[in-house]
Amino acid sequence: MIRVVLPQHLRRLAQVDGEVRLDVDGRVTQRAVLDALEARYPALRGTIRDHITQQRRAFVRFFACAQDLSHELPDAPLPEAVASGAEPFLIIGAMAGG
Amino acid sequence: MSGVRVLVGTRKGAFVATSDARRQRWDISGPHFAGWEIYHVKGSPADPDRLYASQTSGWFGQVIQRSNDGGKTWAPVGNQFVYDGVPGTHQWYDGTQHPWEFKRVWHLEPSLTDPDTVYAGVEDAALFRTTDGGQTWQELPGLRGHGSGPGWQPGAGGMCLHTIVQDPSHPGRLFIAISAAGAFRTDDAGKTWRPVNRGLQSVGLPDPKAEVGHCVHRIAMHPSRPGVLFMQKHWDVMRSDDAGDSWHEVSGNLPTDFGFPIDVHAHERDTIFVVPIKSDSEHFPPDGKLRVYRSRTGGNEWEALTNGLPQRDCYVNVLREAMAVDSLDACGVYFGTTGGQVYASADAGDSWAPIVRDLPAVLSVEVQTLE
Repeated sequence: MIRVVLPQHLRRLAQVDGEVRLDVDGRVTQRAVLDALEARYPALRGTIRDHITQQRRAFVRFFACAQDLSHELPDAPLPEAVASGAEPFLIIGAMAGG
Repeated sequence: MSGVRVLVGTRKGAFVATSDARRQRWDISGPHFAGWEIYHVKGSPADPDRLYASQTSGWFGQVIQRSNDGGKTWAPVGNQFVYDGVPGTHQWYDGTQHPWEFKRVWHLEPSLTDPDTVYAGVEDAALFRTTDGGQTWQELPGLRGHGSGPGWQPGAGGMCLHTIVQDPSHPGRLFIAISAAGAFRTDDAGKTWRPVNRGLQSVGLPDPKAEVGHCVHRIAMHPSRPGVLFMQKHWDVMRSDDAGDSWHEVSGNLPTDFGFPIDVHAHERDTIFVVPIKSDSEHFPPDGKLRVYRSRTGGNEWEALTNGLPQRDCYVNVLREAMAVDSLDACGVYFGTTGGQVYASADAGDSWAPIVRDLPAVLSVEVQTLE
């Protein structure tokens, strides 16, 4: 079970409270987690990564285990603590004015 | 009992104001989609309970929301806007060619006859359409594929397609406007397009009478006389009597002919409204006085409407999407400001009162007249 924490705006868009818990088959990577997240909550498609290129949106960041994983390759394995559910995968809206 | 529903898009959410036909007391709901920029909210003429909203964010991109109950509840629908084929390039600020990149939806124009069909004007400029209530969107590529596309360039606000006007007497005819490319018309439901900018003059262009490149801010039409169009351009208020084939200036005695919105009275085809703004570098009313100007002669002769509007120390702007009229008798006129006020007139502009004063900056105002 993977734990995902969404920023407030995306929690509201997906109509969820608190953490999201996802089952991910196979290797636990950014791509696998986001695929599972978007499959469960289609309203999030296009809001975290581009529909077509799958690139992370510029003002979105991925944190876990006190590390910034935003620039890791999407198919790189996430930390074991995320894969085991001990630590959440944090999707962050960057601090950027407005 | 008849009434009106005012749909307000702001920098930080959408608001819905409702009133009975007297238009004196208002109930406000919102913010809907709090914290997001709401570029436009518009209802279907064929089903007033069907609303569409463009919700956008620098962080999370584009969302399209749909309501089937007049704005009480909303649900996100499709948000995938993919240019048809190879995106191509347009002119960038430095003169180089720049790939078309989708940024946001500026304008949603529901079909006059089908609640599931909606046109979307987007930045970078293109026209999309859904025929399934917003679940999927397809580009009408004939516009962007018009031969002039590589010469289009963004205005300061981005290269946006912000105006879509449907001709009710000619189902295949649409007018659109792009900043800063100009106005275009299709007569075959979007397959082919041609620029309709003859008569426009823009001193910021190397050729002031160029076929494309004009910064058109807004076009308005009375549905009973679709061959007559009114335009607020970057500078100049213009009129066409031949469906855009040619334009002539009707700025007349306006204190300044810069501005953004323009609209037509619901029952008087030659009564039009604009909000003069001092200049393109000073986006506020002249002399700190917020004045709507009304012409009852289809342009050229204008009168200032001031009753109920601030006449000192007012330095707000009124953006291109932020004016609308209802079709009650007398015609109601509405506009919103970048200072967060939404003003209403229940007597065609003779007097004004704020519906609400302290919203985030208003991006768009639309009105539905409810039976």
